[in-house]
Amino acid sequence: MSRHGLLEGEYFMNGDVASAEGAICAGCRFFAGYPITPATEVAERMAERLPEVGGTFIQMEDEIASMAAILGGSWGGAKSMTSTSGPGFSLMMENLGLGAMTETPCVVVNVQRAGPSTGLPTLTAQGDMMQARWGSHGLYGIIALAPSSPQEMFELTIKAFNLSEKYRTPVLIMTDESVGHMSEKVVIPPSNQIEVFDRRKPTVPVSEYLPFKPDADLVPPMGNAGEGYRYHVTGLTHDERGYPDMTAEAQEKLVRRLIDKIELNKDDIIELEEDEIDGADVVVCSYGISARVALLAVKAAREEGIKVGMLRLITAWPFPNNRIKELAGKIKAFVVPELNAGQMALEVERCAGGAAETVLVGHMGGNVHDPQVILKAIRKASK
Amino acid sequence: MNGNHEEVNIEGLLRADRIPHIWCPGCGLGSVLRSFLSALIKSELPLDKVAVVSGIGCTGRTAGYVKLDSFHTTHGRAIPFATGLKLANPELKVIVFSGDGDLSSIGGNHLIHAARRNMDMTIICVNNFTYGMTGGQAAPTTPLNARTSTTPYGNYEIPFNIPYLIAAAGAVYVSRWTAMHVRRLEKSIIEAIHKKGFSFVEAIAPCPTQYGRKNRQATGLTQMNYYRDNSIINHGADPRDVGIELNGPINVGKFVDIDRATFSDLQADILDKAFPPESKPQTETTRT
Amino acid sequence: MKYWRKPLDQDKVKPVHGRIHLLPERCKGCGFCVKFCPRDVLEESERVNKKGYHLIDAVREDECVACGLCEAICPDFAISVTTEDEMESTSV
Repeated sequence: MSRHGLLEGEYFMNGDVASAEGAICAGCRFFAGYPITPATEVAERMAERLPEVGGTFIQMEDEIASMAAILGGSWGGAKSMTSTSGPGFSLMMENLGLGAMTETPCVVVNVQRAGPSTGLPTLTAQGDMMQARWGSHGLYGIIALAPSSPQEMFELTIKAFNLSEKYRTPVLIMTDESVGHMSEKVVIPPSNQIEVFDRRKPTVPVSEYLPFKPDADLVPPMGNAGEGYRYHVTGLTHDERGYPDMTAEAQEKLVRRLIDKIELNKDDIIELEEDEIDGADVVVCSYGISARVALLAVKAAREEGIKVGMLRLITAWPFPNNRIKELAGKIKAFVVPELNAGQMALEVERCAGGAAETVLVGHMGGNVHDPQVILKAIRKASK
Repeated sequence: MNGNHEEVNIEGLLRADRIPHIWCPGCGLGSVLRSFLSALIKSELPLDKVAVVSGIGCTGRTAGYVKLDSFHTTHGRAIPFATGLKLANPELKVIVFSGDGDLSSIGGNHLIHAARRNMDMTIICVNNFTYGMTGGQAAPTTPLNARTSTTPYGNYEIPFNIPYLIAAAGAVYVSRWTAMHVRRLEKSIIEAIHKKGFSFVEAIAPCPTQYGRKNRQATGLTQMNYYRDNSIINHGADPRDVGIELNGPINVGKFVDIDRATFSDLQADILDKAFPPESKPQTETTRT
Repeated sequence: MKYWRKPLDQDKVKPVHGRIHLLPERCKGCGFCVKFCPRDVLEESERVNKKGYHLIDAVREDECVACGLCEAICPDFAISVTTEDEMESTSV
């Protein structure tokens, strides 16, 4: 451990713990959470680690409070995070919307389990992918990342903080029980080799600062509470001063920007992993644990001589529309294994626009796919 | 008190460009807000370090009129938001200014838990016995038999006695005044602001439009007269005895003023033991 | 009210006289100031503002001792009180 309480070196840890370590490395110094399987280990790790780096951990009375508290924490100037799973994620939705509306940087880790309702609390699923995009009422843009391994839980948690600070938005880490509870080698580089992005502070004098006036990248610089700005922050539709403005014009201007600041910066945000896409007849498009399982099927298919590529969504939202459209014109079919009844597959299908077939390999969760099922789908799609 | 005291008057603490406010004629919220601003000035706190957090509803609009760092959050969630704000930056004096429905109904869980933790913040709870903004529905504070738009035949739910609830949950300072007692309310808010820990001031206020008219107090003035004629100043009263009944007396005064370690005190105690000074080099002193 | 004896410093102490200032566009005519003024200085007037609310008049301003209660109780931030000598707010 370094002088500052940051880990470095090689560790054997599970995905939840790796995410907590990523948060610490990214500068997270406030965590509010509530116990829930299979995400509890994130909170437990933060409870242990935050005091070592001068941060604050609090166990709140529920997930609603946890989400509200991290918004407050962020305005107080601390990079803030919470973690949860399905039922808690549902409870967080209203305040997630407040975070989007008030452009509050924060990170929410959802270690997905099978639902609906209490479902299979200890078993894996990917059923919250659409909730991640549309879960809070109204319109907004959101960023969601989908780690496939403990190493990625570490790295993408750092990336999540960087994106949240850069674009002033909540960022979701949409992992799953399998990745959260899987223990593997995690390499933590020295802190000086980790890129950390901090929120852009206002450069204008305090009296001229408008907390919701965007720069060219559509993101407003952010001053923290207590720094003398005396701003007003509201979940109501507001103008650049932050004052409520109950008009269609204000709504159009603000909400359009909330969506555009993600959409128009997609190239910077989206990260994909591609393997043998060129010349492929079939592209397997997956994410999280399903992408790892799909790799077995992809390898087996290649051994059979099928030209199959792999496209892994590291960024789930915003969705890589352009890349899917581009590929659709070149291939026969997308095969989309996911632990739900078809969520990201709908996006793939929408973007393919009929130019390529989209084959969902759905599974209601509880365990991961049988690679043979994915292999069969690849074989069929290649014909 | 401190060297940061600035010369400021009420007008300077208001977002004057947003006045007149949205509150109805005869609504007591403006009087309570004024008492609060006056108390804030007299408290001599460094105002850059004061943050006001509100929930939703008529009272929730307060944050939007205060020229301080101010947050208008979601319904019922002012207290957990304020908790995060305070813990992320302990230098801040965090004041939650919200209504009875917001704090004790939808936000009831957060209210009792923040009191239990003795989170260092001041709550100003304006109680008008109803949900004003949505048209006067019953609240957990609506007295038995009172008429509201969702209790058209009279309320058959037993209300919360908020001072009793909050004292039982662990608040270190609990008082109640009305919008008519502007001076005493102001004094009480000053005390609450200077109290370390979870301090709570209930301010009874008229809502003629939505509550008064349905309960034979058709104007704000009628309600204010009622407070003048029926308030009993009862400092030190046992909070369990200060429940409010329809057309009954209103016990006002300071009910609780005790000392108890705060969340941050206890956190520091425990963590200082866990991380004795010689292990301190591991600890960053500044937040990043 | 009559004192049974004359204060020793009566000739030295000048009673404070206040002046009431109204921001008519803010007044909503609730009547709190009229009702609770301890010196009965104010009355509702026939004048109305743009929104049709009846304004107030300081009909007995001579009686005003600048206690500031009207200013404090006004829910609409519409009243300020100054003393005759110093034309500044008596109460914050």
